[in-house]
Formats: sequence, C-alpha cells, structure tokens
Amino acid sequence: MLTLRLFILQRVTALIMAPLVVGHLALMIYAIRGGLSTGAILARTQGSWPWALFYGTFVVAVSVHAAIGLRVIVGEALKFRGALLDVLSLAFCAFLLIAGLRAVLSVTML
Amino acid sequence: MAFGSNTLDVSVWRGDADGGKFESFQVPSQESQTILDVVVWIQQKIDPSLAYRYACRVGMCGSCAMSVNGQPRWTCRTHVQKVLRGRRVEIAPLRNLPVIKDLATDMDPFFEKWVRAEGVFHPTLTRNDEIARVSPVDQRRVEADAAVECINCAICYASCDTVQGNPDYLGPAALNRAWTLVNDVKDGKRSSILEAVSQEGGCHNCHSQGSCAKFCPNELSPITSIAGLKRETTKSFFGRG
Ligand code: FES
Repeated sequence: MLTLRLFILQRVTALIMAPLVVGHLALMIYAIRGGLSTGAILARTQGSWPWALFYGTFVVAVSVHAAIGLRVIVGEALKFRGALLDVLSLAFCAFLLIAGLRAVLSVTML
Repeated sequence: MAFGSNTLDVSVWRGDADGGKFESFQVPSQESQTILDVVVWIQQKIDPSLAYRYACRVGMCGSCAMSVNGQPRWTCRTHVQKVLRGRRVEIAPLRNLPVIKDLATDMDPFFEKWVRAEGVFHPTLTRNDEIARVSPVDQRRVEADAAVECINCAICYASCDTVQGNPDYLGPAALNRAWTLVNDVKDGKRSSILEAVSQEGGCHNCHSQGSCAKFCPNELSPITSIAGLKRETTKSFFGRG
C-alpha cells in the first residue's frame, strides 16, 4: 500500500506543512486580536503573490499528504487494492487540489 | 469428569480453513502446568484427533504458538495460572494465518514473506576464504545482535494489526530478519534487501503500534528493526546510505 516513494512524499509534505500551519495559526491570532475586518483582510491578500504562494504551497502539501493517508485507511479498512486504490487516491488528491487552490485564488487573485 | 475446583474449563477452537467453533473440555489442574500441557492432555486423554504443533517444549523452536485468551503466546512457556480467568481459558489458532486444522496454522505465507523481504543470507565468501571477523562492539553488529534471537514463532505476525488490515504487508518477523541482514557485514546484497523492503507491503506500511514488541516472547523489538529499515531506506533514497 505504501511504497518508499509514497512514504517519503508523505513525510516531506508533513515537513512542509508544519511551519505553514504555525504561520497560519499565528496569523489568525494576529488578525483577530487586531480586530481586522473581512474587508481589511481581503484588501491585504488580494493581489498578493506571497500570500498566494504561502497558502498555495499549503494546499499542494495537504492534498498529497492527505491523499496518501486516506489511501492507507481505505486500503486497510475497505480492502481496496491496485488500480482502484490508485484512482481513488489520485481523485481525492485532485479534489483537494482543485477545492483548495480555488479558495486560495479567490482570496488572493480574483 | 466432574467439574470441580481442581478442574480447568478449557475452550479449544476446532475446525479447519472452512470454519469451526469452540469446544469445551474439562482438564485437571496441576501445578506448573503450561498451556501446551493442557492441549497435550486433551489430545492424549480425551480427543486424539485434536491437531496442534510443537517440538522442543522449552521455548527454542517456535512451533507451539497459539492464541490464548485472545493473545498470541508460546504455549510451552505459558503457565496456565498466569493466564486463567477464573477457571477458564480459551485456546485458538494464531490470528492472521490460514488454519489447517484446529490449533495448527499454515505457516507458508509467513515464511514466504521472509523470502520476499530478502530475509535470506547472501554470502560473499567461499569455504576457502578466511572467516570474516566481526567485532562484537561494532555498531552494526550491536544492531543485528538486538534482533537476531528470533525463533520464528509468528507471534508478532499474529499480534500485528497492520498484517490484519493489509495481508500484503511483510510483517514484523520478516522485516526484523531483513534488518539483521542489512546490518550483517558478511551479507553481500544490502541494497537488494533495502529494495525488497521498500515495495508494496514493505516496511513503510508499519503504523508503529508496537504489538510485535509487546508480545514477542523473546523480548525482541521488531518495531525498532522496522524503524531502522525506514531510516536506512530513506537514507539510500537520498543517496546517503
Ligand atoms: S514447543 Fe518449541 S517453542 Fe514451544
């Protein structure tokens, strides 16, 4: 179910996510304590490449990480194997990527 | 036989690959009696058709493992008094292996995985060469030493929930064996072993639950060996091992 490649991919994406999660939490606390309104937040994120990159990276890492994790759970719990398991994992990864990147784009670019 | 205070109420699983059920036997309780003694007594005194497996009776051969009150144990070294629940004890075949008959499981899948994990020695010398000297304090020898006393009883394999969820998974014993060879300077195929344990069903599927280390009758720690394999395969992936 997990080969060395998938194992490493999951560990590496975890490493990428860790600082981004900390950054996100710090940002949330800062934004709320500072009493920023939705409009004020959007004014800062719209058109900002750094924020697009920050959350875009997070979405990519999450999509890969979660899809591999789900692959193991589905494989062990539902006994799915082979091509079916590959397709399901990839589909879930694609779903997270599309949903996540769409959200990132809408607060940063659109 | 009367069911008195000196009698054990023993539930033994009877059946084959197609299924079965527990059958109850009354067995006289004796001092220092082992679970294997109980099984032998039933087979010799009550039902000669009871199938089970053992050889050495002293914890060396690893053939007598069974599930006792739901936990895998070496029955020749398991005292009845230590596992009794009231007067009751339940004995079943090992989990995660096909049953041949009653308490005897088919060990083929277990040993096939040793081969799949390249858990076989790959010699580099012939009988005409000097015997390679390995220092007992060499770090790799120390790692191998900690894992080498496996008696192939399959208790770790039966205890492993990852094997249960993923029948392709090589399991703790085969991977533990592979780890001893990865650390054996006399073995000539270190990279083949690392390759073999990196496939589907390889060491990376371990969830680090640690049942293997908890139940190993020889107090080995296959989970530590597997962590070592994860480390070494990762290193070699990044070209550092
Ligand atoms: S009979 Fe040999 S280990 Fe129990």
